[in-house]
Amino acid sequence: MKGAARTRELVGTVVPPLVLGVAFLGAWQAWVVSSKVQEFVVPKPTRIWSAFTGDFGLVRAASEVTGLNALVGLVLGSLLGFAVAVVTNRFRIVADVVNPLAITIAAVPAVVIVGVLNNMYALDSQIPRRIMVTIAVFFVVFVQVAKGLRQNDATQMELMRSYAASPRQTLLKVRLPNTMPFFFTGVRTAAPVALIIALVSEYFGGTQDGLGSKISGTLSGANKALGFAYVLGGALVGLAFFAGSSLLEYLVVPWRRRKASR
Amino acid sequence: MESQMSTPSDGAVVVSGVNKIFNQGKPNQVDALVDIDLVVNPGEFISLIGPSGCGKSTLLRLIADLLQPTSGSVTINGKGAHQARVDQDYGMAFQQSGLFEWRTVERNIELPLELKGWDKAKRRQRSAEMLELVKLPEFARHMPWQLSGGMQQRIAIARALASHPQLLLMDEPFGALDEMTREHMQAELLRICSDTGTTVIFVTHSIPEAVYLADRVVVMSPRPGRITQIVDVGLGRNRDEMTREASGFFERVTEVREALRGIEAALGGDIVRGLEDR
Repeated sequence: MKGAARTRELVGTVVPPLVLGVAFLGAWQAWVVSSKVQEFVVPKPTRIWSAFTGDFGLVRAASEVTGLNALVGLVLGSLLGFAVAVVTNRFRIVADVVNPLAITIAAVPAVVIVGVLNNMYALDSQIPRRIMVTIAVFFVVFVQVAKGLRQNDATQMELMRSYAASPRQTLLKVRLPNTMPFFFTGVRTAAPVALIIALVSEYFGGTQDGLGSKISGTLSGANKALGFAYVLGGALVGLAFFAGSSLLEYLVVPWRRRKASR
Repeated sequence: MESQMSTPSDGAVVVSGVNKIFNQGKPNQVDALVDIDLVVNPGEFISLIGPSGCGKSTLLRLIADLLQPTSGSVTINGKGAHQARVDQDYGMAFQQSGLFEWRTVERNIELPLELKGWDKAKRRQRSAEMLELVKLPEFARHMPWQLSGGMQQRIAIARALASHPQLLLMDEPFGALDEMTREHMQAELLRICSDTGTTVIFVTHSIPEAVYLADRVVVMSPRPGRITQIVDVGLGRNRDEMTREASGFFERVTEVREALRGIEAALGGDIVRGLEDR
């Protein structure tokens, strides 16, 4: 009985979006075929798919460049956001300095920072993009972890005091584990942001080997199908990021699974 | 300070001349506790009961050294409350089980020992012993969320007793449980206490619960918080489900209720209705 219920639940989760997606692609295809829309304006989904499979090497190469930039920034930004949030929570004075700074940096348009960084590094460097992603991710994760560190279960904190636990013990054994769900919420939120920032920062100079450069290059040309194939590549990388961070959360914060499913 | 210099006494817990004032000197000053004197004998079970704001939870926290008295002293087995806390001389349980959801049941029970620096083998042995005591040995490897509310409270009690403290401080630990589970837990708590000889101070809202569990029921009143009456229950140590239907039990329940009514009359309010009458 339980197995059947689970299967039904799984079907219920998977089938509706699948049907919607197929219907959307079908409508797109029918519209392009039946109307007078030219292939170089909006290509058919089938054309995009054949461009994707036909030039898979190109799409993959560009996806790897942008994906790696996003991944490096995501990892660095997450670790940095986590660490700074813990330190600022521990020392008030640091918080007073870092919080306004973090907000200010987040408010500066990404464009400006990439422009400045591009001038600081070699033309073929990927570092400016990675720094840009790191900054964007840092802020998202920092805010979440800082929030998590402030939300402590009152009973758990009183218990730790009754054990005469040191602040360090309380941090390591209670507050950090309590913060992990918030950390992963931050990482999951930051994952697509990382990819978008990595992609967009390619628009502002530097090597033209990533998805952002390729998309802007091909979409303005005649081979629209290839341009959309790059977009599809970007979407797949984004999905992989989301799936990866969700899987990590599932493995590291098993107690949250249960809470969420209740 | 003065608690460090306490004189040795016969009581497991001695509260003498304790006052607790919150926000002293400010417009929102609250006299939470005034002139509290209480001697709890070793192995004794004390219930603290009274309407909201009577300071019963505050008194419990003063004994636990989670709050410090404005004046007066608290000693536990002759030690100052602070030293007793540092030495983990008492265990504590609250209305919320406060279990750590990322730890297995056994690792939850072991946490206070871990903080004291016990090695793992010794910890494991003790948590197994504690799980036997609360009759949940098969749940050692379970996660807290896999247990019912009553089972979680039993684990919380096992954890509170893990370092074999002589004193157990409980703040409405069964307040969130349903009636049947609650009566079962009360019986279990009495069994555990008679097995271990633990002294208990138990804060509750429920008159029957206070009477069923305690050797003495301490009745408190609010504004300012003070002890108005101490009711000797005198039902002996061997209590079971029949105790709940015994005439002696009802007499004590009535006595406590009337003590609370006296408070109500004095304050001109309607507080007894606010106390769970079960």
